Amino acid sequence: MVLQQLPSRVDPASTDASISVSNVSKTYRILRQEDRDSYASEALLKRLKGKKKHFEEFEALHDVSFDVGWGEVVGIIGRNGAGKSTLLKIINRITAPTTGRIELGGRVGSLLEVGTGFHPELTGRENVYLNGTLLGMRRKEIDQRFDAIVDFAGTERFLDTQVKRYSTGMYIRLAFAVAAHLDSEILVVDEVLAVGDSEFQAKCLRKMREVARDGRTVIVVSHQLQTVSDLCTSAIYLSAGHLVLHGTVEDVLEEYKRSFLRDAPVRQEATHRPGTGEIRFTHVDVASDITKPGDEVEVEFTVGASPGFGSPYHVSCFVNNEDGMVIAQCDSRVVDFYLDPATENEGRLLIRTPWLKPGAYTADLFLHAGGRATDIWEQACHFQVLPVTPYPHPTTPDGTDHGVVFPDFDYSQS
Amino acid sequence: MPTIVITPPRRFSLPKVADLWEAREVLYRFGARDVTLRYRQTALGIVWVVLQPLLTALVFVLVFGKVAHLSFGGAPPMVFIFTGLLAWNLFSGIIPRAQGSLISNRDLVSKVFFPRMLVPLAVVYSCLIDFLVSTVFLVVLLVVYGVNPGYAVLVSPVWTLMVILLASGIGMVTAALTVRYRDVNYFVPFILQFLLYASPIAYSIDNVPAKYRFIYELNPLTWLLQEFQWSFVRQPFPHWWEIGASIIVPVVVFVGGAIIFEQMERGFADVI
Repeated sequence: MVLQQLPSRVDPASTDASISVSNVSKTYRILRQEDRDSYASEALLKRLKGKKKHFEEFEALHDVSFDVGWGEVVGIIGRNGAGKSTLLKIINRITAPTTGRIELGGRVGSLLEVGTGFHPELTGRENVYLNGTLLGMRRKEIDQRFDAIVDFAGTERFLDTQVKRYSTGMYIRLAFAVAAHLDSEILVVDEVLAVGDSEFQAKCLRKMREVARDGRTVIVVSHQLQTVSDLCTSAIYLSAGHLVLHGTVEDVLEEYKRSFLRDAPVRQEATHRPGTGEIRFTHVDVASDITKPGDEVEVEFTVGASPGFGSPYHVSCFVNNEDGMVIAQCDSRVVDFYLDPATENEGRLLIRTPWLKPGAYTADLFLHAGGRATDIWEQACHFQVLPVTPYPHPTTPDGTDHGVVFPDFDYSQS
Repeated sequence: MPTIVITPPRRFSLPKVADLWEAREVLYRFGARDVTLRYRQTALGIVWVVLQPLLTALVFVLVFGKVAHLSFGGAPPMVFIFTGLLAWNLFSGIIPRAQGSLISNRDLVSKVFFPRMLVPLAVVYSCLIDFLVSTVFLVVLLVVYGVNPGYAVLVSPVWTLMVILLASGIGMVTAALTVRYRDVNYFVPFILQFLLYASPIAYSIDNVPAKYRFIYELNPLTWLLQEFQWSFVRQPFPHWWEIGASIIVPVVVFVGGAIIFEQMERGFADVI
């Protein structure tokens, strides 16, 4: 892993940092299953008997430091479990860091989860006030911006309708509108752009650029690298709780993409992988590591026995493309496939569609039992899809360039 | 421009009064939300708020007055019991609602920053509205039964405040415990039910045998109920020590509850 840090203040014009994070770490203490008391009576009994609790420590963030200047839009990228959400939660003061210090140059407004605090039984108007207050707006500020909020959301006619009667789109637009009109000096956004139609998404992007032009700071977490490169002025790449790179968007995206193929062998070792560990994969591989678009993808896996473990487990698999985007999820629950941990099991996952586009792919494999992930093996295997077309009539690249996968489709005249 | 500094929590932290004051509007919005929902969701709305203590009072008059032949300090049983229930409903309304508040607002607690203490405290708002509605009805009862409470009634807001402090102090602790332990859900209703009969609500304190009085008077609700009954239905003035204790204990419970809540709070987002 290359630990290199560019001069952190990317914008030379800024005189003072709006966000200054120094040596922040966050360690979660995870209790072992048998020590997890859900009952006060149980906990009291154990305390009386003088039983000691056993913790396992999990470091979600390790010694992260960076500064962000005013007017910057910073994208935070990294795979699942890299610590992006933890970092946002700490900046938002939802959870506290274990060590380190963060200085914020103003109020933080959050779009962590759009519509949090919206109550279905309340009307649109009531929810705007409730949500706005929760996000830190004063009554007067909401009064002043009320019309702008409603206008942005385009829900004038339904202001006095309970939001439980709203369509999902309306609900999200109104929720986003409240947050977007928050006058905080720092705005934190998590994956909001995955929602709404393209017109609304464009509106949101414009709004965020506007916020940055006002000299405020925006932090964006996104899985969609397109969003990051469209919107951000700098980026931070987190991996396994470490800050790998903080620099220009191009450099960081390049490093992120490169890491995808390079990192694969590191996680082979079961002890290096996250997950609670009761049941783990012993072997994962693809049947053929070079395929063509339209070919079936076959993943073979072996899971070790764990005789003491009572409940059956299920398997899940994410297929990621080069951008790190999860393009498919194959969860064995949806096809009613469970395995018994009493013996070692060999299994096979056959993915018939979608047709994959040419490029490099990785698959993350997961084992779940009793509501917990016992093994998380990111990039357990990788394979290449050759640059050939699956369609009968090849055309110029602009005919197949768009989209994440190749669809199986037909046209007909009726 | 204000600078916010985030550092790891210290071993012992006091509730940040400035932050709470800053977020006071959240308290109001939460309260207003609860009130709107309560009165919007039940068809009977406000009628139910009066009907519930009225019917309870009727049952108590029958059971404790007619069947058990307990006395009510010379006051009309209906007015006496309704006064007790008024205070009791405020107390026993706040605790379970505060207790469940963090769980029912799980999303907010794990996703938005604001002083979490406001969640259990906000339930006071809707309970107080219920209390005021019932108080209006109590006035009607006083007129109907021809009871003139005199100037003592002017002190009743003090007792009301003390009931609120006591209940919300306990409410904060039970709310924090409920996040961590599921069985708190079972203890609280049981203890409340026990207290309902162990406090002078449906009978006057004279009915308690002298040799048990000492234990009986350890219950803070005993002091507060006697004070309510003194204020509204011309019952004897409680002992001075009870007056003093009924002010000191709720304040201590409230501050203590807030401090305990603050210690337990930091883990919420990681547990819920």
